[in-house]
Amino acid sequence: MTGYNYTILIPIIPLVIFLVTGLLGMKWKPIVSGLIGTVGMGTAWLLSIITAGSYFFGGHHAEGFQTIIPFEMTWLRFTETLIIKMGVLLDPISVMMLVVVTTISFMVHLYSIGYMHGEKGFQRFFAFLSLFTFSMLGLVIATNIFQMYIFWELVGVSSFLLIGFYYQKPSAVAASKKAFIVTRFADLGFLVGILILSYVTKTFDFGQLTQPGTTIFGNAASLSFMGVSALTWAMTLIFIGGAGKSAMFPLHIWLPDAMEGPTPVSALIHAATMVVAGVYLVARMFPVIHFQAPAAQEIVGYVGGFTSLFAAIIAITQYDIKRVLAFSTLSQLGYMMLALGVSGYGGEEGLGYMASMFHLFTHAMFKALLFLGAGSIIHAVHSNYMYDMGGLRKYMPITHATFLIACLTIAGVPFLSGFFSKDEILVAALHHNKLLFAVEFIVAGLTAFYMFRLYFSVFWGKDRHYHHTPHESPLVMTIPLMFLAFASIFSGYLPFTELVTSDKIGFESEMNYMVAIPSILIGFLGIAVAWVLYKKESDIPAKLAKSWGILYTATYNKFYFDEIYLFVTRKIIFNYISRPIAWFDRHIVDGFMVGIGLVTEKASYKIKGMQSGQLQHYAFAFVAGALALALFMIYYLM
Amino acid sequence: MNILTLLVVIPILTIISILFTKDLKGARVVSAVGMGIQLVVAAVLLFMYLGARQTGNMHEMLFTADYTWFKSLNIHYSIGVDGIAVAMICLTAIVTFAGIFASWEMAYLSREFFVLLILLATAVYGFFISLDLFTMFLFYELALIPMYPLIGIWGSGPKEKSAMKLTLMLMAGSALIMVGIFGLYYNSAPNGGPLTFNIIEISKIIIPEKTQMFFFPFAFVGFGILGALFPFHTWSPDGHASAPTAVSMLHAGVLMKLGGYGCFRVAMFLMPQAANSMAWIFIILTSISVVYGAFGAIWQKDLKFINAYSSVSHCGLVIFALLMMNQTAMDGAILQMISHGLMTALFFALIGMIYGRTHTRNVTEMGGLMKVIPFLAVVYMIAGFASLGLPGLSGFVAEMTVFVGAFQHQDMFHRVVTVIACSSIVITAVYILRVVGMMLLGPIKDPHHEHLEDAKWYEKLSTVTLLVSVAAVGIAPLWLSEVISGSLKPIVDKLAAVIPF
Repeated sequence: MTGYNYTILIPIIPLVIFLVTGLLGMKWKPIVSGLIGTVGMGTAWLLSIITAGSYFFGGHHAEGFQTIIPFEMTWLRFTETLIIKMGVLLDPISVMMLVVVTTISFMVHLYSIGYMHGEKGFQRFFAFLSLFTFSMLGLVIATNIFQMYIFWELVGVSSFLLIGFYYQKPSAVAASKKAFIVTRFADLGFLVGILILSYVTKTFDFGQLTQPGTTIFGNAASLSFMGVSALTWAMTLIFIGGAGKSAMFPLHIWLPDAMEGPTPVSALIHAATMVVAGVYLVARMFPVIHFQAPAAQEIVGYVGGFTSLFAAIIAITQYDIKRVLAFSTLSQLGYMMLALGVSGYGGEEGLGYMASMFHLFTHAMFKALLFLGAGSIIHAVHSNYMYDMGGLRKYMPITHATFLIACLTIAGVPFLSGFFSKDEILVAALHHNKLLFAVEFIVAGLTAFYMFRLYFSVFWGKDRHYHHTPHESPLVMTIPLMFLAFASIFSGYLPFTELVTSDKIGFESEMNYMVAIPSILIGFLGIAVAWVLYKKESDIPAKLAKSWGILYTATYNKFYFDEIYLFVTRKIIFNYISRPIAWFDRHIVDGFMVGIGLVTEKASYKIKGMQSGQLQHYAFAFVAGALALALFMIYYLM
Repeated sequence: MNILTLLVVIPILTIISILFTKDLKGARVVSAVGMGIQLVVAAVLLFMYLGARQTGNMHEMLFTADYTWFKSLNIHYSIGVDGIAVAMICLTAIVTFAGIFASWEMAYLSREFFVLLILLATAVYGFFISLDLFTMFLFYELALIPMYPLIGIWGSGPKEKSAMKLTLMLMAGSALIMVGIFGLYYNSAPNGGPLTFNIIEISKIIIPEKTQMFFFPFAFVGFGILGALFPFHTWSPDGHASAPTAVSMLHAGVLMKLGGYGCFRVAMFLMPQAANSMAWIFIILTSISVVYGAFGAIWQKDLKFINAYSSVSHCGLVIFALLMMNQTAMDGAILQMISHGLMTALFFALIGMIYGRTHTRNVTEMGGLMKVIPFLAVVYMIAGFASLGLPGLSGFVAEMTVFVGAFQHQDMFHRVVTVIACSSIVITAVYILRVVGMMLLGPIKDPHHEHLEDAKWYEKLSTVTLLVSVAAVGIAPLWLSEVISGSLKPIVDKLAAVIPF
């Protein structure tokens, strides 16, 4: 099963491009960096497609897909068994992710040539994109959890750099800082989780950790801390890491702000690839979570379910189109997490797992399309706000058509990809947890509503007062849109149940009409409501908003989570922890040390008079001393 | 001549040559050439060491030499290095080299400045090659003394006071060390025979536990003061804030490592039982200092104060890891020393360069420097990433080795404090990004900063040298880690013999 040695090139190409454009980019014309980046990504994309083709469709897989490690080297050795290796691991989910990451990255590179044209820092943008792609690919193909952690951090920093791309804009700087710190906080959980896991199992290796029937957890049951078993701790903490990257509640606060980055970045990082890293992590550790830490799996399910509902509600009230999409991303990520949370292992039991990966794939396509479409709109009208847009379907036919396709897909309209993958999730949820099914069912309706609220108010309704007539974007931007629209329509027909399953063995599944028909209906209901409210401009939405009063305001303000974040960082960390510590250090600790010095100085000042140089003083001291000594001897020693 | 002795002789020759120069131009060229040669020698030493180990030379110390120089007390000039010492020597060579270029424009009393700076470096080399406690202590003292004039004369702010505080506190430390060393000396021959200062000789005997318990705190705290052990770290913010750039670089980059090095080479290696029974006290102190230093840094406004508190946090991790007393954690401790040395030297170099342009070190008075001095700003940002432990740079390797090593400890207490120490990765991110966000990003705050000049060639040389080293350790850590852990074996074995695992 060798012959996959070339896969190492997939991450290496973007790395080389990053180094070259990062170090030399300033010396060239900007467009050169863009072309190098795009051509390089195109190559990596082709390689990924070839890999996927030969992995999934070459040879027979009746006994399931094998895990292949074409390349591995030791990077750092902690102990005999705890070794960080750098390698390439190919199994169904990593191959699928290779395709997702390189496809979206390639499209975004191409699109950015148009979108970022003439921007200052064009080269820097492409260098960072390559850095991100390298890190993301390294994460996807990690052979051990520590390699994943390493690239996890690198992904985080590339996200930081790209969110803060417009570094002179204070809001972008603040957003990038927030994203980094919130995810760092989550990464602390991930790190401690890895430490516990490595302590229990003495290995980082995914192969050993996730092997069915492995014995490395033999002694794990006896270990516990505060009444919870060590592995539940480990898995919950690792999930916190995943929740940070995938912006699960309550660590979601960074993602809407991350929209400060250029729109192609939002499409690549904050919609399609990086934010699914958390889902991918849980999927990667799935056998461990499912068998060793079922409590942690429950948490995954409920956090996912709650996030999807919570974010969908907020999305209804937002006006910034990128923020609507961001909350929609949160909601969809919640779907994927939930699917993992309700999944079993093996065969049809593992439907949730398959559905989660399936939805990850389709979501990457249609959400990237939505963001790139939004970028095209923003490019045309120079605003992010829905109330600055309207009637754009006349001016931007391609953007309009592709955006509509994406909206239909995410709304779960039959025979588009989102319908299939969402349906599988609902079926999986129905089997395992009725409550979560109900939540997801409602969210499906909400999703359709807020997406078409967005669609109608941007493309229909009245024309706004535009600075110049909006125009369709250049071909270099619309080709990616068309490609992704194609993928959004047809990727639902990929036989995921045959390819990407929890135990790597394919199974048959059939459409469950008991779930599909109601979900279609609620989707259409959402669309219909949006049609009524937003197709033609009216004052009904405003009245409705008013009638909800405080609930609406709370939702519009995202339930004040940003304020809580600010309160914790500004008030608690700065004012109530750092400031007293700084004061304590300067005044108490240092004061004590200085005090010792001062006491010495004062004491020496006091006694220095004794060494006066005057003979009489010395003679007096001598006689007095001798007398005292004599008296002492007489009274005590005699 | 023994290559190790050469390490001391070259700087001395450089000092003598500087005395014959006339002005700044001569002095800096001579210093640069001298320290350049030193860098090459250090590299040669590294390759000789690797070569010797490859050919199977498994002696604990290599390139040893021994000359008696004070017969009646059995004091020797006894030298030799293991992998750890070699690594520290390379660190010293790199930092000193960068330091010379960072003080390229030191116009005031330049000859004297370079003489003292290189004297400091000489003493550091002497310290790392010494195997004789007395000689080691001699070099240790020799390294501390130049600090006083260097800060007092060329410093800024309340320089006399800071110089005084720093010198006095460190001298108090050396008084403690002296007690510890004499304690070892007088107990070095339990079965009669001549007393010895030789570390290897002393390590072969077992000093009675009661004696160890008495002398261990002296030696450990004494060295710990230089290693910024909480609560004896307060010399560091003042001292660094007042010191000129190159002195801060050398002091934080190299001199503070003498503390950590002494802690394990003298205190822990020679008194393992005491180390084991008292470790918990210092583990608590250091885990406090890891978190406390990081929180302290968040509130500071002066760049040098921020870096000084960050050093308290990072150096706390060094001693913390040493006290975990297993191979991985101690390996991490040494890596952290090297990583911190390079990073913090880079930081101080950059702070000096930025200060030279903006004439302020207050972060609230700066903003948007990325636009005007992109080179320095980018390097500062990378240094910041190294400090907050980004993979691919040295900080990550060191911290992860420490955390993984420490967490493998069987004892619950050790694992819990490890988690506390881990939390520093978040706090570090907060203060680093705060500085980066305020100073480098955003709009330009002070209109005077709009026409600053970016780095000159010597500044680029200085920072790039350090940056390349940071990245080299971070990208390919395996060989360094192997060199260190190979040399840790005798020490860990000796500790393991007394620790009930």
